[in-house]
Amino acid sequence: MAEMDTSSGGGHKKGPGVKKAKKMSTRVDLTPMVDLGFLLITFFVFTTTMSEQTAMKLNLPKDTPNEDELNKAKESGALTLLLARDRTVYYYEGILKTDGSNFKSSNFGELRKVILDKKASTNVEDLVVVIKPGDEATFKDVVDVLDEMSINVIKRYAMVEIAEPEVMLIKATEGAGGAPAPATATPPPTK
Amino acid sequence: MGRAKLPRKSTTVDMTAMCDVAFLLLSFFILATKTKPPEAVKVMIPSSVSSIKVNGEDKVTVTLGKDGKVFLAFDDKNKRKQIVKDLNTRYSLQLSEADIAKVDKAEIFGTPMSQMKSFLNLPKESQSGEKLPGIPVLDSTNNQLRDWLASAVAVYTGDRMNLLVKGDGLAKYPVFKNVIDAFKKNDLMKFNIITNQEGLDPASALYKEKKNAPKAKE
Repeated sequence: MAEMDTSSGGGHKKGPGVKKAKKMSTRVDLTPMVDLGFLLITFFVFTTTMSEQTAMKLNLPKDTPNEDELNKAKESGALTLLLARDRTVYYYEGILKTDGSNFKSSNFGELRKVILDKKASTNVEDLVVVIKPGDEATFKDVVDVLDEMSINVIKRYAMVEIAEPEVMLIKATEGAGGAPAPATATPPPTK
Repeated sequence: MGRAKLPRKSTTVDMTAMCDVAFLLLSFFILATKTKPPEAVKVMIPSSVSSIKVNGEDKVTVTLGKDGKVFLAFDDKNKRKQIVKDLNTRYSLQLSEADIAKVDKAEIFGTPMSQMKSFLNLPKESQSGEKLPGIPVLDSTNNQLRDWLASAVAVYTGDRMNLLVKGDGLAKYPVFKNVIDAFKKNDLMKFNIITNQEGLDPASALYKEKKNAPKAKE
């Protein structure tokens, strides 16, 4: 940028009747403009990196072989997770007993410990985690559970429909104030 | 006292060059930024530790809003038109040539098929997710997403479809279940769920596995 050299800098005292040509300085200090420029640059740098999103792979098993696989899985190696509302997770190992004695409740914070305990106590070939999200479970819950499978390196897991007795059991437990209680085989009359 | 005053040197730096560099960098970043694909609804996606990047230009995105609305977006404009044409013939939606030409502008689809004609004739501003009812999926007999995907599979014959699900964390499971159902009925077994990046706990098994076998891909 050209510099216009003026002989006098400002600061003239204008007296009455003094007819002197006002020579104003045309020097512009560009420092704030550079600040603005760098601010905009950092903005664009950060917005371009933020727009990159990551993805989680999900491969669905085919429906019919799924049943066989579940039946083949040993009872002792199966851990079933039932996702209910408000980030509550109910779980049981093996097959759900009719008196509900192995029906336990937990939440997402404790879930990892539950999974790791199960993993430590079973053979790798027998371990299978069955995920049954309830109707009140949110998408985030499902993604979090699938994430836990990945974090804890569980090779075999399946996402299936929740069954009626389990829905009953969850309702009964929620009705009882969240405390895991053995539910009777007959559904509560207020259903 | 004598002249104790030191000869003063000028400390003003000419900022011209710095300004030029700043604007050069700025223009570079403006041009290098790709525009974000238009979103139907604001979706708060959940996070996961997966670090697989979303790639590719040709994506088919199913968006789940937090109130259970489902939207569909196809990146490829040609395929989008062909899919709509296919739906038009299969379900006799009575779309005219002019309507089909408008498909180019429709970035996202979110209405039942019966309302497709009026949807295409809406001005661009009204085509946002808040006002759209969403593609019906909840009724298992009326899972229109399945029909959409059937057309998509027909149009995509041979090419692999990059199927993505972008769901709001608060969306309820039944919607997701029906979306998966629509995928299964069309034999689309592989898809990705878009998530935010989450840090991996160093105490976890996955972290140890990744550390021990950096070359082995999951």
